[in-house]
Amino acid sequence: MSARWRELFGLIPVSLLVTAGFTSVLLTRSSSADLENPVTLTYGAFFLGCCLFGHLFIRARLPDADPYLFPLAALLAAFGLVVQYRIAEDFAREQATWFVIGLALFCATILFLRDLRVLERYRYTIAAAGIVLLLLPRVPGIGAQANGAYLAIKLGPIQFQPAEFAKLAVVVFLASYLGDTRDVLVQGRFPRLSLRRFGPLIVIWGAAMVLLVFIRDLGSSLMFFGGFLALLYVATARLSFVAAGGAMFFGGALFFARTVTHVQERFTIWLDPFDRKVVEDEGYQIAQSLFAQADGGLFGQGFGRALFELPTGQIILPAAHTDLVYALIVNELGLFGATGLLVAYLLFVARGMKAAMLAGEGFSKLLAAGLTAVFAIQVFVIVGGVTRVIPLTGVTLPFVSYGGSSILANFVLLALLLIVSDHARRDRLATPGGLV
Amino acid sequence: MNRQVKHLFGLVVVLFALLVAFTSNWTVFTAQSLEDNSANRRPLLEQQLVPRGLIRARDGTVLAESDGSGRGERRRYKRRYPQGTLFSHAVGYSFLELGRAGIEQSRNDELTGAADSVESFIDELLGRTAEGDDLLTALDPKGQRAAIQALGGQRGSIVAIEPETGRIRVMVSVPAFDPNEIPDRFRELNADEDSPLFNRATQGRYPPGSTMKVVTAAAALDSGRFTPGSVVDGASNKRIGGVPLQNFGNQDYGPISLTEALTNSVNTVWGQVAQRLGKEEYYDYMERFGFNVEPPMDYPQNQLTPSGVYGPRGRLLDEDDPVDIGRVAIGQERLQVTPLQMATVAATVANEGSRMEPRLGERVVARDGRLEERVRTAEAAQVMSRDAANQLKAMMAQVVKEGSGTQAALEGVPVAGKTGTAEVDGGASNQAWFIGFAPLDDPRMAVAVTVERTSGQGGTVAAPIAKKVLQALLSGRRG
Repeated sequence: MSARWRELFGLIPVSLLVTAGFTSVLLTRSSSADLENPVTLTYGAFFLGCCLFGHLFIRARLPDADPYLFPLAALLAAFGLVVQYRIAEDFAREQATWFVIGLALFCATILFLRDLRVLERYRYTIAAAGIVLLLLPRVPGIGAQANGAYLAIKLGPIQFQPAEFAKLAVVVFLASYLGDTRDVLVQGRFPRLSLRRFGPLIVIWGAAMVLLVFIRDLGSSLMFFGGFLALLYVATARLSFVAAGGAMFFGGALFFARTVTHVQERFTIWLDPFDRKVVEDEGYQIAQSLFAQADGGLFGQGFGRALFELPTGQIILPAAHTDLVYALIVNELGLFGATGLLVAYLLFVARGMKAAMLAGEGFSKLLAAGLTAVFAIQVFVIVGGVTRVIPLTGVTLPFVSYGGSSILANFVLLALLLIVSDHARRDRLATPGGLV
Repeated sequence: MNRQVKHLFGLVVVLFALLVAFTSNWTVFTAQSLEDNSANRRPLLEQQLVPRGLIRARDGTVLAESDGSGRGERRRYKRRYPQGTLFSHAVGYSFLELGRAGIEQSRNDELTGAADSVESFIDELLGRTAEGDDLLTALDPKGQRAAIQALGGQRGSIVAIEPETGRIRVMVSVPAFDPNEIPDRFRELNADEDSPLFNRATQGRYPPGSTMKVVTAAAALDSGRFTPGSVVDGASNKRIGGVPLQNFGNQDYGPISLTEALTNSVNTVWGQVAQRLGKEEYYDYMERFGFNVEPPMDYPQNQLTPSGVYGPRGRLLDEDDPVDIGRVAIGQERLQVTPLQMATVAATVANEGSRMEPRLGERVVARDGRLEERVRTAEAAQVMSRDAANQLKAMMAQVVKEGSGTQAALEGVPVAGKTGTAEVDGGASNQAWFIGFAPLDDPRMAVAVTVERTSGQGGTVAAPIAKKVLQALLSGRRG
């Protein structure tokens, strides 16, 4: 069976999930107004239409691309849509709108980026754009602060999280830079301490630290630096680089954890969210997140049955549609449902890594590996934060969290992975031995 | 480079496994403690949607009920306590804003119907609204009311136990609070200097004074090394633990029997007895009586306090610590006990040496009247032999007949007991005690009474209160 047919069949579970999810939410609400108003159900049909369009577009433009990446992304997005619908109809409507725009951006990326070498040519421009994007939230007038971190900019009614796009820019730059210079980096058996070798490493470490201080967000900083280390390792195979980089990052993070109040606060809450002094205040979010998960248990409370607020109006699960969406999922679907979601992410990562392995040496391999790594780290940072593996920070859960920037950026990420995969697999198919 | 990509994927797998591990931890392994966390309002809120079962006294009097308000999906239930201050500590409270206490907490699963999950699952399938079971307690409103009246506003506590079963008939702690006022006045009550929210019966740590001599006598008789007729020198100023010990009023008794020594509460005799038994053996008997651990009672852990010798920073001292056992034996040293513990001591003697676990609950009954569960009674330990217990009963009867406890005597019903008076505030006031049981031959009720900061003694203050409580409880049984 050809790749595209497998992709189409892969969309069947997605359609089942959407149908089952929306029906279940509707039944739980079971208010007659909803039942008489079939408009709500059209989101599901509309979403499936988008998926079918995406599939046809890939069939036309990237016929040899990996058959599982798109259905997996659609699965995650469908899941996100149902969860958003379950929280509030408005969220689902807006989320669905963002999917359409995301899909358009996805198609545009595939149409205009037929040759990935274009990205290599403009790598410094892309890097500069990435840095500007990251620092935008600190620009007075458009920057917006939330929970002490500078993550978003506001232009009129539209809120935008530049870090989501900056992550793509940074990976493109690093993949291209390391693809060129990796030979230099690994020269000789013992890495000598020279500025030429370690200069870039130090610059990027510095950038991550600046990020930590300027946008005050440990999560994004960890995401960028983790992506950098992953790429460095893939490019050079030197664990010593990774170890040194990791040590520098944790040293820096510890230093700022002691000196910058905001970061320090996040650490104390992480260590003991139930402390009487913080549990109703700064620690409220993480403490409630854990309570919500405990409430879920093995199988969850069932879809649409989680509690958000007390009768007194007090919010009992803050940011349920963004930061704490994973806690909500655990609450409603339990350990099993949440593990299922994580497995879906892991499969996506596996396909991304597969694309990287099939790709030719150099830029495209590093690009695919880097994008996939950043995607995986992002999932780890937010889910790890919600489950208290690491301090809680405000990055989004790809394709599931509410938020336009996240969806758009992840559709571009998906497009880039599919482009790499299409080229790689076509080359493989052309060579004797074929595709394994 | 493909090898590195594989390694990278391996790392991602490990990281994701970590996420699953942590999620399992919160959802399964530590879920219970998270649910019990006081900052977690979820369980309380969910339970607001379900009418809690009634809590009743043993005669059927309703002690706690749920009032519903609102309709359909918005229907919420709130707790109401028709008896007001009468059962405050025993019953406790359950409110969304402030959590739970007392039986409301310890029997929460039954009261919310969460105890039988299969049934609630079936209810859910059939679309029936879940509801909690009713709890019938062992509490006796008549005895409870008599106890509060007898205390007459003095701070203190009274516990009455049915010796054969361990069922708690009376549990009084004064000052009390009105559970209905908890939502509005919690802060105020919590800050009150008289600590009305504190359950003196199970949490109050008081010096037991001479009531401890009952434990000492039990150890002496059961060890086989003493009989009620054994003669010990009752001179005052005997050296106990290297320091001279005085009798009450510095009185010299000369050589006297243990029966006389209990009747007259002779300190030096019981100090010597304990020293001869030795610290290890004495501690063994204390533990058989239930000292040094939280009582095995159907009541919240955080409202139960062990009795024992308390060292610095609230640490319970064991037999390896430097403890003057001769003074522990007469209720001095750093010995601190709860009224519940001393009632258990009296009940154990009454029940021929068999110590029963204290129980507040008696039966769990479904809303439709079906019996769901009979609360199991259980023997905690056989503390002493029947013979030793019967000898001790006779000795304690002497105390009420002609010793320090005469004011506890009932007309026509022989009572056994022991008084206690411990000096507190550097001798400025007394902690008065009486523990005992009645009727002597077939004990149906054991009681412990303690009064804080009184100028009187156990025999003059606590014994008359015990008399009134026993009277109310025993007459109730006949009626």
